[in-house]
This record gives sequence, structure tokens and C-alpha cells, in this order.
Amino acid sequence: MAEPAQTTTLPSFTLNDTAGGRHSFPTGRAALLCFVKEDCPTCGIAMPLLEAFHVAFGKHLDVLVIGQEAEGNRTLVARHSMTCPMLDDSALAVSFAYGFDSVPTVILADGRGGELRRFSGFVREDWKSLCEHMAEMTGATAPSIDWASLPQWRAGCGSKAVEPGIAERLEAQARGERMQARRIELGEGEDVFEFMFERGLTDGLPVVPPTPERVAWMLTGTRRDPREVIATVPPNLAPLTIEKVAVNAVMAGCRPEYLPVVIAALEAVCTDAFNIHGVMATTWGATPVIVVNGPIRHRLGMNMGIMALGYGSRPNATIGRAVKLVLRNVGGSRPGDIERSALGAIGKFTTCFAEWEERSPWEPLHVERGFRKEESVVTVFGLEAGSRQIADQTSRTARALVASLGLGLEACWHPKQHLAGEVLLVISPEHADTIARDEWSKAQVRDRIQEVTARPLRELLPDEECGEGIPLKAFGIKEPTPEQLEQRIPKFRSAENINIIVAGGEGGKFSAIFAGWVSGPMGSSSVSRRIEETP
Amino acid sequence: MKQVIVDPTDERVPIRRTLAARAGRIAGRVALLDIAKPRGDVLMNRLAERLAERVPGIEIRRYRKPTFTKPAPEELRRKIAEESDFVIEALAD
Repeated sequence: MAEPAQTTTLPSFTLNDTAGGRHSFPTGRAALLCFVKEDCPTCGIAMPLLEAFHVAFGKHLDVLVIGQEAEGNRTLVARHSMTCPMLDDSALAVSFAYGFDSVPTVILADGRGGELRRFSGFVREDWKSLCEHMAEMTGATAPSIDWASLPQWRAGCGSKAVEPGIAERLEAQARGERMQARRIELGEGEDVFEFMFERGLTDGLPVVPPTPERVAWMLTGTRRDPREVIATVPPNLAPLTIEKVAVNAVMAGCRPEYLPVVIAALEAVCTDAFNIHGVMATTWGATPVIVVNGPIRHRLGMNMGIMALGYGSRPNATIGRAVKLVLRNVGGSRPGDIERSALGAIGKFTTCFAEWEERSPWEPLHVERGFRKEESVVTVFGLEAGSRQIADQTSRTARALVASLGLGLEACWHPKQHLAGEVLLVISPEHADTIARDEWSKAQVRDRIQEVTARPLRELLPDEECGEGIPLKAFGIKEPTPEQLEQRIPKFRSAENINIIVAGGEGGKFSAIFAGWVSGPMGSSSVSRRIEETP
Repeated sequence: MKQVIVDPTDERVPIRRTLAARAGRIAGRVALLDIAKPRGDVLMNRLAERLAERVPGIEIRRYRKPTFTKPAPEELRRKIAEESDFVIEALAD
């Protein structure tokens, strides 16, 4: 026994015809759909055939002609003296949902809306065989058509639904139908920018008003369902949907193509390992420091060169800002409320940049972390909300230069605080070149930093001259022996805590560091997430 | 034309929490919760001393969070609620 052929189920719709009648598809019996537009000469060839099909087979199947322009539809009906229903799809929603590029597009469907056959343009043999197919299906006599008088082949014309500008609008509308967030209607004459400030929805700078149209446009940046919950955001432990990410991304000033990076960054931030609750609540000034790797850096035009850690780049500025706005608006982290940094730092607005992989002598950060080079990845670090620069304009060897970087890193947290957790060292191209000339690996760089920063325990103890430091009890020592006091304590608990990337302008012998916060299981650990690939 | 924006928040209706009824006097079991910041023990020891002097007869119970960077685990919160009539949570540095 033959298996029944697999059929695609066509989208259902309800449209009005030019005479005011309503037509719903599927109709419960076989149907012939044909999408047309008035200014398409090939559609002009098809119209008399469609009318002939309607007359011949109309008792058994529905012939529905679907026109793409309201005025043009009426013109076509008059020009061809049509009795066949002409449905108005001037809104183009049905044309968009059916996903074809040119008109006429003909689709034969069964009574449940299953697609039986489809073709576009005018190929005489296609139309002739369609006519025979319908005669066979219905048992009705095929209409008498002078096929020889018709051209063998004519190309179709572009569907209005794929015209530039229109396609984007339709895409946004289609996604908008799946949006469910609450709408806020402003009072007559109310200033939307002032409204957003007054409601505490901004970070202190103006935001782009998240109108439904802008949010729908933002959602075109991802294939994921707007209703999908991607994380639970502390401290409110609120569910975070793709749609809420999009609303805040609009406010931050993102373009839709940035959205997958914002989503991935938030997925990383809202993990137990990252502990965003602590990063936001600490009286120290920490923030998610966001680093982007892989091909998406180029696609978005991210800055990884001059001013990489600074300002002036839309993706750098707005991706980081969008993450912070979500933490504020959805998670409920607000300064003075749960966000309690005594001083804060300007990096709390946004801290996001890309690694200049092509300018680095080493594997990029994401490859070190087990991703493939051609994958796009975001890594978040819970670090100090601002970078600090280390100058070294005179070292000419890797050994000398890395010692300088190490001494700069010694200031992280406090010079007498050792056994520290994660930091991020951003090495500028000129410094990277100096290190690369001696062919040093990242492991060598890390070891050299640990070597030059290790200090005898006696120098790290809190004392009358400087009360900060590591108390003896942290080492389980009550009365230290002279040997114990001379034991050298490394700056970082593990060399692996020194994260290294390359970024920055090609002129300037300066590197930068992001100092840490409480690191590891008792605080925050960096987390990497792959970014969704979108066409 | 009226402007419409999409709500960027979690849409929770704000819930005003009411404080527990004030007892008027301290008696029974008093929990001292050290959040695990440095020198939290110094502060808590002093508090315990002073409470014992000023409110004789109370029972002081000591608790400690695993880390100050994260909210107290559910299990610890439950334990304190079951075993105490009063809680003093203190920050130190």
C-alpha cells in the first residue's frame, strides 16, 4: 500500500473580497489560491484562466484569487469581468505568511489546507497540467481553453510582500502578534522621555521609548520566541522573557542584530556561578564586564581598537547598557536599593567590548575556553566597574614588560591583599607585539606575573603602619615561625585567575586591568555563552 | 494621538510588606546572624555580651551565612525561623 504523501499545512486566514464577502481558508473543500497584483502583466495572463477554472470547477472547489493592492484588485475585477472572488490582502499579512517571492503564485490545497502543489509565474504546461489535475479531482469537465494561443513562458513579478521596507515591516508585525508584555498608555501631551525618568526606568540618561513597533523591530534580531523565558533575574527573581530583553534593548539604543549578544550575556549573568545578586549588591563597585569574541564582532562593527574600553561605539555602548537596564527594570537592582556600591564607578552604565583576535599572538579568549574560533561567544566577568591603565613605554623584552604589568596588577583590591581571584588584563597591540617578539605564551605571561608579585607573608600582614592585609588566621597560623614569615605568597590564588585578552589602539604602550571582586564559588566566576547565529 | 510604550519591568504589582507586630520587650530565643563579613564575630560577640547584661534570661543562638555575597540559603532561613523569636542580622567590616 502506498504511503500517503506528506503535505505541508498552509497558514489559515480570513479575508474580505471586493464585494464585501468574507472568506476563510481552509474552506473545508479543495481550494485553488492564486496571489496576484494589478501591475504584473503575467498576472494579466493568469486572470482569464482563473475565471475559467472558477466557472468550470466552482461547484466542487473554491477558486480564491488574492490581490495585493486594494485599488488594483478592483481594477483587475473590472478589467477581466471576474465573477470569481477577489480577496483583499493589501495588508500583505497573508502574502508574507505564505512566504513566496513572485506573483502569480498558485497553490492547490486539499480541504484541510494541506498543500498539494505550488508554482509561480507562467509556464503554460504547469497551468495546463493544473487544469487537468482539477478536472480529475472534481470529476467536472475541464474548461475549453485555447492553450496554443497562450505564451509558453512568462516570468512572474516581485511580490509586494518582499519589497524593501515592506518586508521588514511585515516581519515586525508577524512577531508583534506574539508579544504579550503590558502596554502603558501615556496621558495626552505627556512627554515620553520625562515619563521614563519619573518612573525610574532609566539609568540616569535618556532612553529610546520602547514603542510596540520598535520592540517588534528589535525582535527581528532573533529567531527565538518572544515568550521564551531565558532566565530568572535576581534580586527580584523575576522571569526574563526574550520580549523583556528586547524592550530594554530598544531603550538602551541597540539595533536588532545586537539582540542575540544581549540575550547570551544575560543568560551568562543570571547563572549561579556568576552570582549577579552579589555583583550588584556589593558595597564594592563591581559590574558585569562583557567581552565579545568571534565573527559577530565584525558583523556588528564592535570596537576592539582605539578607545575599545571607552566610548563612541554603538554596539559596545548599548549592549552593555541593555544588560544593565534589564538588571534594573526586570531584576530590580537600583542604586540605594539592592545595588549598594559605596562609590560605584562610571563603568556601571555599560562595560562591553570585543577582543581584537586578529591582532593577538595568542588564541582568543573563547577558544581558550573550549569554543571553536568561528563561534561567536560572550564572556561575562564580575569585576571592578572601570579599567585602570598601566604605562610601560620603555621595556623592550617580554620579561621586562610583563613584570611591569604584574606590578600594575598588584594594586588590584589592595597591594597587601594577595591570593586574589579573577582579574582581566587587556593588553594593547604594542605591548602584545613586544611580548610576541620573544614568543612568550599566555602561560609564561601568567607565571611571570605571579613571580614578580609574590611577597613574603610578613609584608602582607595588617600592622600599625597599614591596617589592611591578610590576617595570620587566614593561614591557620597563631604564632608564625621566621620561615613562615618569609614564605612568598602569590598575588593570585591561581595563575589561571589572570584572564588575558588583546584590544586597543595600535599606538600607545599602555595596557589596562579590570580588578576583581570576590571571586570563585564564594563570589562570582566568569561565564561564557555561545551567541545565537542569525542570518 | 496617545503614545503607547511597552512595559520594560517585571510587571509585578508592588506589594507593600507589613512589618511583623512589635513585641514590646525582648524575651525568649534571640538569633544573632553573622553575614560572614570580616570581623562579624567581633560585633556579634559584643552584641551577645550586652544583650546578656541588659536582658537576663534570654537564650542567644548564633548563626552564620556561608558567604556575605549571596542571600542566606533557604535552609538557614527556615532554621532561624523555627528556632528563634527574634533575629539580629548584622553587617561588619
